[in-house]
Amino acid sequence: MGFGPLLLLASLEGLVTAATLALMALGLSLVFGVMRVVNVAHGEFFMLGAVVAWAVSTAFAGHPAVGFGAALLVAPLVVGAVAFAAERLVLKRLNYDPEATIVATIGLLYIVQQLALTFYGADARPVQPPFSFRVQLPWFGYSGYKLAVVAAAVVLLLGAWFVLARTRAGLVMRATQYDAETAQAFGIPVGRVYAAVFALGAMLAAVAAVLVVPVSQAHYLMGRDPLLLSFVVVIIGGLGSLRGTVVAALLIGLSDGIISTLFFSPTLAKILATLIVALVLVFRPQGLYGTAAR
Amino acid sequence: MNDTSAVRVWLLHLGVVAALFAAGFLLPDYHRGVFSRVMVLAVFAMGYNLLLGYSGLLSLGHAMFFAAGLYGAGLPLYHLGWSPVPAFAAGVAAGGLLALVVGALALRTVGVAFMIVTMMFSQVVYLTTLYFTTWTRGEEGLVLPPASRRLALGDAVVSLSDPAARYMVALGLFAIVLLVMLRLVRAPFGRTLAGIRENEERMRMLGYDTFRAKLGAVVVSGLVCAAAGAAYGLMFGYVGSGFASIQYSILPLLWVLVGGAATTLGPLLGTAFMFYVIDYASGLTTAWLVLVGAALIFVVLFFPKGILGTLRERWLKWLP
Repeated sequence: MGFGPLLLLASLEGLVTAATLALMALGLSLVFGVMRVVNVAHGEFFMLGAVVAWAVSTAFAGHPAVGFGAALLVAPLVVGAVAFAAERLVLKRLNYDPEATIVATIGLLYIVQQLALTFYGADARPVQPPFSFRVQLPWFGYSGYKLAVVAAAVVLLLGAWFVLARTRAGLVMRATQYDAETAQAFGIPVGRVYAAVFALGAMLAAVAAVLVVPVSQAHYLMGRDPLLLSFVVVIIGGLGSLRGTVVAALLIGLSDGIISTLFFSPTLAKILATLIVALVLVFRPQGLYGTAAR
Repeated sequence: MNDTSAVRVWLLHLGVVAALFAAGFLLPDYHRGVFSRVMVLAVFAMGYNLLLGYSGLLSLGHAMFFAAGLYGAGLPLYHLGWSPVPAFAAGVAAGGLLALVVGALALRTVGVAFMIVTMMFSQVVYLTTLYFTTWTRGEEGLVLPPASRRLALGDAVVSLSDPAARYMVALGLFAIVLLVMLRLVRAPFGRTLAGIRENEERMRMLGYDTFRAKLGAVVVSGLVCAAAGAAYGLMFGYVGSGFASIQYSILPLLWVLVGGAATTLGPLLGTAFMFYVIDYASGLTTAWLVLVGAALIFVVLFFPKGILGTLRERWLKWLP
């Protein structure tokens, strides 16, 4: 394969990464934007989504599309319920203090991860994709399912934008984000908004996981790298900015795909990427599109 | 602070050191081994406490300083055949240098950004130890041969692989760091840090260079944590990437929170307590990380001041 087709293949792989990353990072960004909570357990919600997807899809015999469809419904609901309970039982009682919530979500991370290891096991297990046709390009065939993942992510992101920008629920969320106290004074149930946003953020991670699990397998440690990458995306895009999140996810996903396929060792790529992001945070804390913290 | 209270505080700390010295002869072998580890790790926690407790800076990346000490001491000993004392010094120096660079960069941020930046720098250090796997052997790590871990004190040779000697070396390091910390937090430098923790703006208005004070705190913290790392590697003879992973950034946070942030003896108490809880739990189940997670949540929910912090608030107001 020549350089051009290889670059195209790397870009397609990067696009798939970018799609799931954008969904996951949007969840993280929403939670941080509205609640000012850094959810370190976000990667575990992603992992939990994949594990539930595996459990649901293996419970259904017959055509893989049936099991996958069921997983796409059940996994976000289960993960959302877990997140909702965590918010009501823990985060709310901490009054959303930034440092205490980080410590608490680290605790949550360990609990979820270890329970997954205990009950699900240390093996990586595959989920059947709902359909399997290959798109035949002149140089290579490409999985049609992966392209469908990208399309699904685009639809979901457009949906998220619509909800945030054009509906009453989105207005309530933005009002809470802008000034929780004033929102409360205007009769917005801030507590319930927080719980809903936290659950919604976790559900976005779970949906991303269900979409990606047929191409990457479910494993109890799979939340680790996506968590770091979504932090990176949220930071570079600017905390709480939807447009920034999508642009940054494209940037990170594509460069991740291209760098790790074409160039030097993935470890070195990770070192450089992490270092660059840390320096971005040091010298330009508002990110590409964000506004300076008030 | 009046004189009787100062005397009481010094007596308490010297008493703890004396009790640990006596315990070195009285404890059964197993618990003496555990306490050797606990004391070294408590040094790590004390270094962390200087930032979290006294300066109010929550770092999620202190594994990098521990690892700097560990590798700074372990690599020259293993590859260049250095003896333990210069290797220890190299480890501490590596930690101090790293802390100076990381501090100068990370302290430009505050709050949540500071946590994430420190976590990322620590991740870079972790990945670096994996990248240079030719020298570090990555996750598998290096085993330092017992023959290289001998201290020559005049004519006598102390082997760091002998449990009794190891306990006394651990106690020596612990006692030095404990008394230096006690002195430090009661000195003007420690008071300045506490002032910054309570209200940085006001300290700046009063004419303090808060950036320099915080940088000083990061460097001292890095030096202490690196000393713990270097001692851990030299005493237990193992240097591996696992010690640079995020888990070793979280553990000192847990130990300090459990024992009580901004208390001098809290780190020892928290480390010992969690060590025994995990030790006990891992006899019952392999899922001991659940316990770490549950402990973190439980502590922030119900005991935000930790064991000693709560004691101090209720009864013992004079505790440092």
